[in-house]
Amino acid sequence: MQAARLSKQVPVGSGYLTILRELDLEIAAGESVAILGASGSGKSTLLGLLAGLDLPSGGAVRIAGEDIFALDEDGRAALRGRLIGFVFQSFQLLPALTALENVMLPLELAGSRAARQQSLAVLERVGLGDRLHTYPKHLSGGEQQRVAIARAFAPQPKLLLADEPTGNLDSATGARIIDLLFELNREQGTTLVLVTHDAELAARCGRRLRLADGRLEAE
Amino acid sequence: MNLVRLSWRMLLREWRAGELFALTLALVVAVGGVTAVSFFTDRVSQALGGEASQLLGADLVLVSDHEIAPIFRQEARRRGLKLARTLTFPSMIISANDNRLAEVKAVESTYPLRGTLRLESAQGESPAPGIPAPGTVWLDERLREQLRLAPGGRVELGAAQLAVVGTLSFEPDSGGSMFSIAPRLMMNLADLPATRLVQPGSRITYRLMLAGEANAIAAYRAWAASRLNRGERLEGVSDARPEIRAALERGGKFLGLAALTSLILAAVAIVLSARRFLERHLDGCAVMRCVGATQAQVFRLYLYQFLWLGLAASLAGCLLGFGAQWVLARQLEHLAVGGLPAPSLLPVVQGVLAGMATLLGFALPFLQRLQRVPAIWVLRREMGLPQRFNLLGFGLGVALLAGLLLWQAGEIRLGLTVLAGLLGVALLALLLAYGLIWLLAPWRSGMASAWRYGLANVVRRRHASAGQVVALGFGLTALLLLTLVRGDLLHGWQSTLPQDAPNRFVINIQSQQLPALRAFFSGRGMAGPEIFPMVRGRLVAINGRPTTAADYPDERAKRLMEREFNLSWAARMRDDNRLVAGHWWRAGEGDAAQLSVEEGLARTLGLKLGDELSYQVAGQGFAARITSLRKVEWDSFRVNFFVIAPPALLARYPASYITAFYLPPGREALLNDMVREFPNLTVIDVAALMGHVRAMMDRVAAAVEFVFLFTLAAGLMALYAAIAATREERMYEAAVMRTLGASRRQLALSQLTEFALIGLLAGGVAALSAMGMGYVLATRVFHLPYHFNPWLWVVALAAGGLGVTLAGWLGTRGVLRQPPLLTLRQLT
Repeated sequence: MQAARLSKQVPVGSGYLTILRELDLEIAAGESVAILGASGSGKSTLLGLLAGLDLPSGGAVRIAGEDIFALDEDGRAALRGRLIGFVFQSFQLLPALTALENVMLPLELAGSRAARQQSLAVLERVGLGDRLHTYPKHLSGGEQQRVAIARAFAPQPKLLLADEPTGNLDSATGARIIDLLFELNREQGTTLVLVTHDAELAARCGRRLRLADGRLEAE
Repeated sequence: MNLVRLSWRMLLREWRAGELFALTLALVVAVGGVTAVSFFTDRVSQALGGEASQLLGADLVLVSDHEIAPIFRQEARRRGLKLARTLTFPSMIISANDNRLAEVKAVESTYPLRGTLRLESAQGESPAPGIPAPGTVWLDERLREQLRLAPGGRVELGAAQLAVVGTLSFEPDSGGSMFSIAPRLMMNLADLPATRLVQPGSRITYRLMLAGEANAIAAYRAWAASRLNRGERLEGVSDARPEIRAALERGGKFLGLAALTSLILAAVAIVLSARRFLERHLDGCAVMRCVGATQAQVFRLYLYQFLWLGLAASLAGCLLGFGAQWVLARQLEHLAVGGLPAPSLLPVVQGVLAGMATLLGFALPFLQRLQRVPAIWVLRREMGLPQRFNLLGFGLGVALLAGLLLWQAGEIRLGLTVLAGLLGVALLALLLAYGLIWLLAPWRSGMASAWRYGLANVVRRRHASAGQVVALGFGLTALLLLTLVRGDLLHGWQSTLPQDAPNRFVINIQSQQLPALRAFFSGRGMAGPEIFPMVRGRLVAINGRPTTAADYPDERAKRLMEREFNLSWAARMRDDNRLVAGHWWRAGEGDAAQLSVEEGLARTLGLKLGDELSYQVAGQGFAARITSLRKVEWDSFRVNFFVIAPPALLARYPASYITAFYLPPGREALLNDMVREFPNLTVIDVAALMGHVRAMMDRVAAAVEFVFLFTLAAGLMALYAAIAATREERMYEAAVMRTLGASRRQLALSQLTEFALIGLLAGGVAALSAMGMGYVLATRVFHLPYHFNPWLWVVALAAGGLGVTLAGWLGTRGVLRQPPLLTLRQLT
């Protein structure tokens, strides 16, 4: 994944606030990178741009050689479905679907015929083989995040983006989630980019970058 | 991905979570109301359409107000058609116990040519063996009961004594008892001369019924049409019972429009529920966009859910409507034409279309916003918020509802009037609601805290509150109008009648009977009533130009032109008439060719002072100018005439006489004596007539009330949806207040205050609008003094206040039960 001269400005009152300043970033396949930074430093904005969830004010992002901002909104969605997995701080499971259905969702959206088998296998792998038909509101926070991780890994993405994956969990549960995340990362050879405040989590990544004043610096 | 399957699963889950309860139920109720009316009108129109020849009792009928010339019969025989003659006329029937006015029908042995007569007996209903044998009659159930006849009893009809041998339950060419004010007696035509009831001036309708091959009937019709005289007309299968058809079509139309108001309220519930649906699914949509869903996929996923929901709710509504139409059919069974056929599937199609159109019309703008939720929403809520809500988005829904209204009304003008009326009432109610909320706002300061929070909530959510007040006020207004206001108007009308207002009319009096009739009254200690002459004449020309019914587009004018007028003569104007234009003739005035016309009739027929009217009376003609216009109090129940002439103009024509008198209770035996002494007289019991008319009106009103119950239920669903829409907000507020130390009682009190206020405001809006409409109806339409009824306010405020408080409490009590921390965790 490459980001070149990536910048983002948002209108504030009469002027503009610069969040990212012509930032360059290159992440090799299989690498794990932690992006650290103070609250409001623009970590989530960067993550959103890397995934094509938002449009930059300038610059480009290429994933697997493809310029994601050259695609239209639906093209980016399809690319995400094919290549990118997500894990969010607040889990973001669909309350109307069971654990299994939540995991199946991206596979079904991509038209996979083996959605059910793949999802069952991943849920088994994250230790939720006995909670397949449970709805999110009946799962603990740790269990919900494990479902979210299963959902992210089920389509076997090339790139996994995680936004504060332990931010809503207590430390013991958070530690187990981190173990799981890295184990799956290793097993599937996924490229991992995560945004965090958590120094312990960041320490487990191969590379750590700090976002300050709209630019990335290596730690 | 199989979006259809996924959408179904997601919908089931939403349903289990109670997300779509209010929306679904509102739709079920509204579709139920609409289809109940459609099912009912469908059955009636099938009865009218499919069995039209039975409705006529023949394939073609020649109807006349005088004896039909033999040539019509001879020609029918020559063409090989089957024929039957009938004569119908009103007459008094006397039994050993009582007397009653009945509609007598004398029939030939070939009657009816199509369909069969049916008789009711202890063994049930069965086809009749022909017609009553000579010397016998069949009565319908109503007449039999009124005359208190024992089995095998006899009745007097004019000069004849006839044995009652059967109870008539169905005759194919009758429109059901709704349209015949008097009950039926059927006799053999051969007995008619013995009654001596057929006399000059008698109101007899002659019918020549014909049946045969379609071609022969068509040829005969063409032959007869060119030979019709005045007072004669042909009725074919297609124009069978036009008055019933018109009445039912109009009735169905208004019931349908009433039912549509529930669809409008369902639209309110849909908008409120769909908005909440949108808010709760923003995250889910954003997540789906993150994991690769295209905008079209997201849209289709939710569209399918709403399609499933619309289909299920509409079908459930159709089922409800199917059940409810039995209630309608029972209320209006007197309208029925001898047993209604089973309904067709068409109302189901209509119901599903109406339900789907309303649901999609008002939910689509929200679904479109859902598909546009940017994926970044999932990470940064402050960025990329879906665009603000746009009222124009509802254009499709509003257009669809307006289209449904116009379609149901069947004519553009009525549809637009109803639409404008509904919009007007809604706008007025909205202004009223905002006004009342604005007035309430300053009261907050002086109140205890729980009350203050309740009031503050109403004021803060003023748009939602005003919407709820209007939705509920709508339903309540309809019910108040149909119950209290209707009762008040009826009562107001009755109280305008003096105690001794005439309650019996006597018609058909012959001039030679006048001295004997006067003597009859004085011999029984009663003041001799005023007796008025009556000459039947047909208006044939106005200002020398020949005129027919076809010249008038107005239905009432057409009817007036088709029948003969009752003209009368008088030397001086009656005290209860008022001259509004021109002058009354003076004694000894040279020119007798003058007429005084009632102003309403003049307006209907477009007549003015100075116009010359030409009348045809008993084969002779006369012309006279209008020299005065009069205002007549028709509901005084005294004898009055549309057209009056000076005695010199009309006295030379054959006349019958009419009178009206007050018969005190307990003196009914006098009528038996009168009818025995003067068998040709027809006595009309106004009280019984009014009772019959009122019973019919009550049934129709009950049917309308029943339809408006759907409106009220849809209004309650709109309220429920409004409560559900603010549920999270309420939960959050309650949790914060609980954290700050508020007791459950305080919280409950503040919420109940809010609901009670909304209910009271809705009750106030309903009472005001019902009062306004009652005032307009009383003073402008019925010309009655308006009396304020305080119960209107009591009932409206109590029903609104208590009903809404109860509904609100049921909808939010769960909010108070949950520990505050749990609530806050769930919501943040």
